[in-house]
Amino acid sequence: MALDKATVAHIASLARIRLAEAELEPLADELSRILDWVEQLNEVETSGVPPMASAAAARVPMRDDAVTDGGRREAILGNAPRAERGFFTVPKVVE
Amino acid sequence: MSDPALLALNLAEARAGLARKLFSARELTAAYNDAVVEAKPLNAYITPTPERALAMADAADERLALGQALPLDGIPVAIKDLFCTKGVLTTAGSHILDGFHPPYESTVTEKLWRAGAVMLGKTNLDEFAMGSSNTTSWYGPVENPWRRPGDNRPLVPGGSSGGSAAAVAARAALAATGTDTGGSIRQPASFCGIVGLKPTYGRCSRWGVVAYASSLDHPGPMGRTVRDVAILLHAMAGHDAKDSTSAPVPVPDYEAALTGDIRGLRVGVPREYRHEGMRIEIEIAWNDAWEWLREAGAEPVEISLPMTKYALPAYYIIAPAEASSNLARYDGVRFGLRVESDSLEEMYELTRAAGFGAEVRRRVLIGTYALSAGYYDAYYLKAQRVRTLIARDFASAFERVDCILAPTAPSAAFAIGEMSGDPVEMYLNDVFTVPANLAGLPAISVPARLLEGLPIGLQVIGRAFDEETVLRVAQVLESAASFRHLPGFVAGGRS
Repeated sequence: MALDKATVAHIASLARIRLAEAELEPLADELSRILDWVEQLNEVETSGVPPMASAAAARVPMRDDAVTDGGRREAILGNAPRAERGFFTVPKVVE
Repeated sequence: MSDPALLALNLAEARAGLARKLFSARELTAAYNDAVVEAKPLNAYITPTPERALAMADAADERLALGQALPLDGIPVAIKDLFCTKGVLTTAGSHILDGFHPPYESTVTEKLWRAGAVMLGKTNLDEFAMGSSNTTSWYGPVENPWRRPGDNRPLVPGGSSGGSAAAVAARAALAATGTDTGGSIRQPASFCGIVGLKPTYGRCSRWGVVAYASSLDHPGPMGRTVRDVAILLHAMAGHDAKDSTSAPVPVPDYEAALTGDIRGLRVGVPREYRHEGMRIEIEIAWNDAWEWLREAGAEPVEISLPMTKYALPAYYIIAPAEASSNLARYDGVRFGLRVESDSLEEMYELTRAAGFGAEVRRRVLIGTYALSAGYYDAYYLKAQRVRTLIARDFASAFERVDCILAPTAPSAAFAIGEMSGDPVEMYLNDVFTVPANLAGLPAISVPARLLEGLPIGLQVIGRAFDEETVLRVAQVLESAASFRHLPGFVAGGRS
């Protein structure tokens, strides 16, 4: 599977990673090489085989729907690059 | 005791020495703090924590004096900088976590401190644990304390737990934690001549461990001997309600499992692991080990794991897919790096472009692609179906055998920059280790012999939650190999 520059630019925008124009071509090459190598999976017959998402037991444990932790606003905001009056702050998104 | 003599003790010996008051936890920790400084050129530590170590050692000495010693009291360990440590810089080897001081402690490290262990510092790693050479860290590459005879080029320690492996090998830590997503404990253990154990998935909690690929990430111990990792695993393991994939099963006494008795045990030798690229010396080491186990009364059985060659390509879809999702949290809002901009969208994009290194970007992009509309079935679901077949291979093998013997890595340590730069060539390092991650099985690497002056390890893979058999067989290999070689550099000197 050969990825072109436009596809790489599209994936990068989905992943929210800014790429310079000059980075697209080499990345397209690298990613295409990886995908070509992955294509060998198509040699494996997998019809009727269920996908495996985890090696953990399939049954997810249940617990009471109750508050078990909280009230740690200061600790949580402590690592924020910017915070004001108890909130994370970001560039203005609503005019 | 002199510093070099203290540093030469393994964990079990240091524990005995502390119990018999031959030296204090403070003396042992001070020797290790000095060793961390002496080993600085290896770049194994990102953040040493010498004052905290001494304070923890003093608390251990008080308990030792009162005869109330905890299982790991006064044992100085290094922590891979992927484990969150409360109030101590935690970087995951990435620029994007600049300045991150977690407000909480990971479950595994909390358990170690509750057992009395002493934190020497946080060790270097491949960025977000993505790599097999510890060359992708924002904090620079780690050097292996081993060198090839007659060749002064620095070698990689393996990865991603390269800092932990180098520190233990260079006597700049008595033992260490690592994490293993595709081989990241076992391959650096092999490259540095130490023991590394990836436990069963669910055995050690992932809570507070920076996530790479959640269904494949396994925290585990690294140490100088099989007994040392058995002791450490006992403290690290156990059910944790904060990790929904943590297994609610009892933790056995792993040290008690080290009986040396493997008579009648059936040991599988997978024929597919004899692949063409393997160095002949590694095949010889593997055959020798087969012979050692036979002499100890075990029965080697040839087995087939036909899906082996598809484990790596499946891994390189599944792990990046999970990573692309896990790493979405690094957005410049809640922690770490932020590149300012007037628009939110641009702030995300610039922050992630500046914060992620080349290998992380590559994997996030591959993962995003594999999960994107139109490709999800062809790549992600396909890889997950192959994963089922790989797990089935192991399940049918374990109907006939009790454990599996295999090489850990296809080569010994290589020089920094010796690889071509083709990502796939680097990925091939994990060919023997990735299958156990996909299946979630316990696997250990033990030093077997030298190959052109460099250590190579052998791997024992076991049934889920049967770390005891894995450890027991590993210790028999360890005794038979009697690997006593030291790297060119060890803190305190080689004498």
